[in-house]
Amino acid sequence: MKTISRLTKTTFQRISRNPYHSVGAVFVMFLTFFVGGIFILISVGSNQVLNYFESRPQIDAFFKDGSSQEDIDTLEKKLNDTGLVSEIRFISKEEALEIYKERNKDDPLLLEFVSADILPASFQISSKKIEDLDQLASIVTKEEIVENVVYQRDLVQTLSNWTKTIRNIGIVVVVFLLITSVLITLIVISLNISLHKDEIETMRLVGATEFYVRTPFILEGIFYGVMAAVLATVFIWLLFYWVSPFLEGFLADIPILPIDQRVFLYLFLAEGATGIIIGALGSYTATRKYLKV
Amino acid sequence: MNLITAMIEFKEVSKRYNGQTALADIDLIIEDSEFVFLMGPSGAGKTTLLKLLIREELPTHGRILIDDLELNILPQSKLPNLRRKVATIFQDFKLLPQKTVFENVAFPMEILGLSDEEISRAAKDMLEVVRLKEKSHHFPNQLSGGETQRAAIARAMIMRPDVLLADEPTGNLDSQSAWEVMQLLGKLNELGTTIIMATHNQDISSSLGNRQIEITDGKIAKDTKNTKAEKQKEKS
Repeated sequence: MKTISRLTKTTFQRISRNPYHSVGAVFVMFLTFFVGGIFILISVGSNQVLNYFESRPQIDAFFKDGSSQEDIDTLEKKLNDTGLVSEIRFISKEEALEIYKERNKDDPLLLEFVSADILPASFQISSKKIEDLDQLASIVTKEEIVENVVYQRDLVQTLSNWTKTIRNIGIVVVVFLLITSVLITLIVISLNISLHKDEIETMRLVGATEFYVRTPFILEGIFYGVMAAVLATVFIWLLFYWVSPFLEGFLADIPILPIDQRVFLYLFLAEGATGIIIGALGSYTATRKYLKV
Repeated sequence: MNLITAMIEFKEVSKRYNGQTALADIDLIIEDSEFVFLMGPSGAGKTTLLKLLIREELPTHGRILIDDLELNILPQSKLPNLRRKVATIFQDFKLLPQKTVFENVAFPMEILGLSDEEISRAAKDMLEVVRLKEKSHHFPNQLSGGETQRAAIARAMIMRPDVLLADEPTGNLDSQSAWEVMQLLGKLNELGTTIIMATHNQDISSSLGNRQIEITDGKIAKDTKNTKAEKQKEKS
């Protein structure tokens, strides 16, 4: 216990007696965490935007007049059984009329001769994955009770291609940034320790154990990682707080903002854990080669 | 039959660096509580011999024993124990630059996990002995050459080691300070510590009348212990 408290004291002495080093190390790690964190948030946000756009397209299956409720229920069950459907909404003739009236409320002439009888009942079918719409469309087209299927295949195909590409690019960018962050952090820690090479050798030569020499460096690495994670999260939070009004106008109906505050907590936990792991592992491996004395 | 137990023993020890011989076929016995001078020109192998004794280097050939510890086969985990038993005053001092004089001197006791009170008392006493009490909160870069050397001596002596290796401990000192250091080492030796001191200073080594081992080109050129023994043999 005494040893641990002594080693902790040594760690903070070293940090406070090398203020420029410590600030430099925290600053470099902060920048990498900050940029990495922003890209992760952008990536998560973009994914939500893509999900929103992917949930928009749907298949409208219009029923023949006189289709029985039993047949309609059977079709609904059949579609649900595929496991591809996220939502099926039945639009009755009366609801169809309401929708029609709402859309044409500024044109009374169009409303004059329309009654619920001439409008067909329909299903609005949304899929879990955008690429499954095609399969669902082919199922409903074959049904006896379905008269007409409206489905913008080309548009859906283009949207699907775009979202796939954007997701892949996002993954590559985030992975690249994460690897860069880890490498930069490791280099900062290794450089810091290499500056203390002679000190490490001296401590060994006057009888210090590997544990006694190494622990303050590991604690120092962890301290830098945690400090960088705290600063990065605070600055990212401030940045999003500042840009939210602009984003709200830009994103309009897309339900992303306001960002759930838990996102920042998770981001902090992820960055803090990364900082601790890299700080500890980096220091452990960097001291190893100097401890061979 | 030899009844004296050798504390330190070199058996046919050689050390080569990249093909260059630093030490060759050293056979040497240093007894418990002896005070030995290692003499010889720069590059003769004195520092190498001291490095072998704290396992900073391994011999290329031969065996080195300190009591019953065979250094060649000593596991890495036992090195801290060896280096607490065999302390060194390094030629380049090797003080820890980020620690104050007090913290440097206290460091060997800290690593043993002794109490703060014990450490504080012993470090203050030792700084008093080397006349550095006033500078205890200074950092090594704020000390003069002589003060740095005295701090290094205090750190080596604080644990009352069984063996003290001193590599040119008077090298940077004026003659008065050099004699003070010699008195300190002498006192420690009287308390039972074996001292091996590498030095150029012929005046100091001759005036004390201790055993002198002269190393030239990595070999023992002269050992006054053997010379005395031979002379005694001739007389008898």
